[in-house]
Amino acid sequence: MLTSVELVEFAAKNGIPIWALDASIALVLALAVFSLCGLGVIVLVYMERKVSADIQLRLGPTHVGPRGTLQLIADMIKLLSKEDVFPKHADRWLFRLAPALVFIAAFTGLMVIPIGPRLVVQDLNVGLLYVLAIPSIAVAGLIMAGFGSYNKYAMMGGLRAAAQMVSYEVPRALSVIGIVMLAGSAKLSTIVDAQGFWYIFLQPIGFMVFLVSTLAEINRVPFDMPEAESELVHGYSTEYSGMRYAFFLFGEYIALIAAAALTVVLFLGGWHGPGPELLGPIWFAIKFFGVVFVIMWVRWTLPRFRIDQVMDLGWKVLLPLALLNILITGIVMSI
Amino acid sequence: MDKLEQLKTTKADLDDLSAEFSSNGESEEGSKDIKTDVLTINFGPQHPSAHGVFRGVFEVDGEIIVGIEPHIGYLHRCFEKIAEHRTYTQFIPFTDRMDYLSSMLNNWGYVISVEKLADVAVPERAEYLRVIVGELNRIASHLVFLSTAAIEAGALTPYFYYFDERERILWLFEQLCGARFTYNYMRVGGVRVDTPDGWLDDVLAFTERLEKTMVDYDKLLLGNYIFKKRMKGVAPFSAEQALDWGLTGPSLRASGVNYDVRKADPYSVYPRIDFDAVVLCNGDNLDRVIARSQEIKQSINIIKQAVAQVPDGRVYSPGMPRYVTPPPGEAYAHIESSRGDLGFYIVSDGSPKPYRVKIQGPSFGNLQVLPAIATGSFFSDAVLIFGTLDVVFGEVDR
Amino acid sequence: MISEIIYFSVFVAVGLTVVVLMLGLQKLLQTKRHSDAKLSVYECGNIDVVSDPRIQIKMRYYIFGLLFIIFDVEMIFLFPWAVVFKSLGLVALIEMLVFIMILLLGLLYAWRKGVLKWT
Repeated sequence: MLTSVELVEFAAKNGIPIWALDASIALVLALAVFSLCGLGVIVLVYMERKVSADIQLRLGPTHVGPRGTLQLIADMIKLLSKEDVFPKHADRWLFRLAPALVFIAAFTGLMVIPIGPRLVVQDLNVGLLYVLAIPSIAVAGLIMAGFGSYNKYAMMGGLRAAAQMVSYEVPRALSVIGIVMLAGSAKLSTIVDAQGFWYIFLQPIGFMVFLVSTLAEINRVPFDMPEAESELVHGYSTEYSGMRYAFFLFGEYIALIAAAALTVVLFLGGWHGPGPELLGPIWFAIKFFGVVFVIMWVRWTLPRFRIDQVMDLGWKVLLPLALLNILITGIVMSI
Repeated sequence: MDKLEQLKTTKADLDDLSAEFSSNGESEEGSKDIKTDVLTINFGPQHPSAHGVFRGVFEVDGEIIVGIEPHIGYLHRCFEKIAEHRTYTQFIPFTDRMDYLSSMLNNWGYVISVEKLADVAVPERAEYLRVIVGELNRIASHLVFLSTAAIEAGALTPYFYYFDERERILWLFEQLCGARFTYNYMRVGGVRVDTPDGWLDDVLAFTERLEKTMVDYDKLLLGNYIFKKRMKGVAPFSAEQALDWGLTGPSLRASGVNYDVRKADPYSVYPRIDFDAVVLCNGDNLDRVIARSQEIKQSINIIKQAVAQVPDGRVYSPGMPRYVTPPPGEAYAHIESSRGDLGFYIVSDGSPKPYRVKIQGPSFGNLQVLPAIATGSFFSDAVLIFGTLDVVFGEVDR
Repeated sequence: MISEIIYFSVFVAVGLTVVVLMLGLQKLLQTKRHSDAKLSVYECGNIDVVSDPRIQIKMRYYIFGLLFIIFDVEMIFLFPWAVVFKSLGLVALIEMLVFIMILLLGLLYAWRKGVLKWT
């Protein structure tokens, strides 16, 4: 979308093929998105630590940097300098590829999320479908990690992750059908612009189903079955250490960023807010951190479900509710 | 010809395959299941919820436990044998390290047995102080139980709240006897030191505070929908089963058996204090947790009455010799520890050292229930069941 | 279309480069000391009793995988339908309802059959 007319003309004049132009712009944007989400991860990890500390009568990090803000940097340096342990029986390729896959799947998902008017890398026509589908590829990474580690806990964690993400993918995708019906498009920017009235009010059932299944999608409490440390030690990432572990962590937090941003885009009016259009990203950020705070609040308050209860909730409650939501939306719109 | 051979083998293979199917299928409505193996998982000793050093070999079929084989002995320290080479008083610090979450009660169980053996009278004030510190320690232990139950269910936050309260109890103990964890407070014939000034008021203030905060904490944990869903109806244990397996303490009372040593075989000044033994009926995980929460309230009640009744006077009976030398004979006394019926059987040969000390700890009895109670449950629940049986490994292995 | 694919591939490439760079950096910074115990698989402190984790275990999750495929396909059908729903109106709603009902019947069948139950 940034391919302005002048640039195209310039390229044509100098004999640069259009795909090279596209690729170079994409590279710049990708680096921009990467630094933005890197910053986001730093902020969110800090926020998570401080929120949890506040809930639990603790102080959280205080020593590294002013008020402990640089704690994650220190952690990263530590993880960087750790030995790259490769367990004896682990599968060479699965074990190595898994963290990369988890990280890349989460990262590429950010491509279509608009954070302000025209502030989006690629405003795909099927943006909604893309953002639901691509980050889910991470589940393959989790299974690979579980199977490749040659560890029983990791194995069970990977299987649970697969079952859970697969089960909640369906209600999550179905819960946003109502929005597509209302907006008449699966393009995220169109959906934002169609929200004169926030969809959270027009689609309350859809919002509930979406939020709950999002929590399950990103493996957060009360759905953190894959890494339930009370029985599975640390689930699929039990055998990982150093940078490889860090990439799981990155993937998890980028998934959180994507999930919260998607919630804002779909249900909370995206960048819309009082004031000039220029304030759009700021409104977006405010709503974004609100959603993130709610997700963290839930995480540090609730216990965890059992795996059969997780499945029950997905198939017996959320799926019928999501279908009911489509039905209600359809009937109301037809009348 | 070759082709024929080939066909033959294929046919044989198919027969094998179908035989395999029919032998292992037939489980659900005649459907043919593929043969599956059970996964043998080592749970502990280095596991986040092994409560110390428990090692259980869990056989897991998918997510369901089909067999548990508990292994103990990773914390064995030969206390019973050591006792034979120490004087009666010297053994008291060792009892601290048995059930390290309720050291005061272990002290108490031991000294009460020695007092019975040597026929020593204990001053009134000392008896009341024992009741107060014992019940405080019971509260501290139950707070740890609740916090670990919360953690095993996946809720990390209640842990900090419960430990905040426990910290206040440890502070009180520190004021009293200088130690936070291993107190070595009780002596044959009384307690080691009298209370510092204003200590009893601090205890009262703490109980008032805890009464208020426990209401909130119960709402946070026991009132939580997910927690109830996780706990309710899981691994129910009937009264008969519980008695057969030798369960004691709150876990037994949660199954509906009204057996509390404080009531059934009263010791110290408990007959003068008005309280109820907490008896529930279902015996499932939730009841085992609620029993502890209720017992904390009963303990607060006991402490309040004891503080009101405590007389002035000595805390150590006069004329006790430096070395207690009971006459030859034997004695058994038991108390209600925070985990159940804690008994000491001591044989004396008339020397300053016991001839034999046998400790009957409740944790061992409670642990042996695990395979019976957790087989057939989910792997996630087995951890919770293990947690609600409230086993401390210092006491199992001794 | 081609531009979008280029964007996507560039994103994947950037992600991959980050991973490779960071792992390379770790290779430079790490101190490596060999020990057999460190390389052994975590089994709660038991080094000697590792049994094979890659056995044929009972896969309850398999059924959920099958159900997922069915409903995911339904989802793919629903998206284009939802996009043009406004212009199609009531008839489209009824048609889609029939489609969803058939799938729901399938779910109900699986439910009644006890597939969604554990134990």
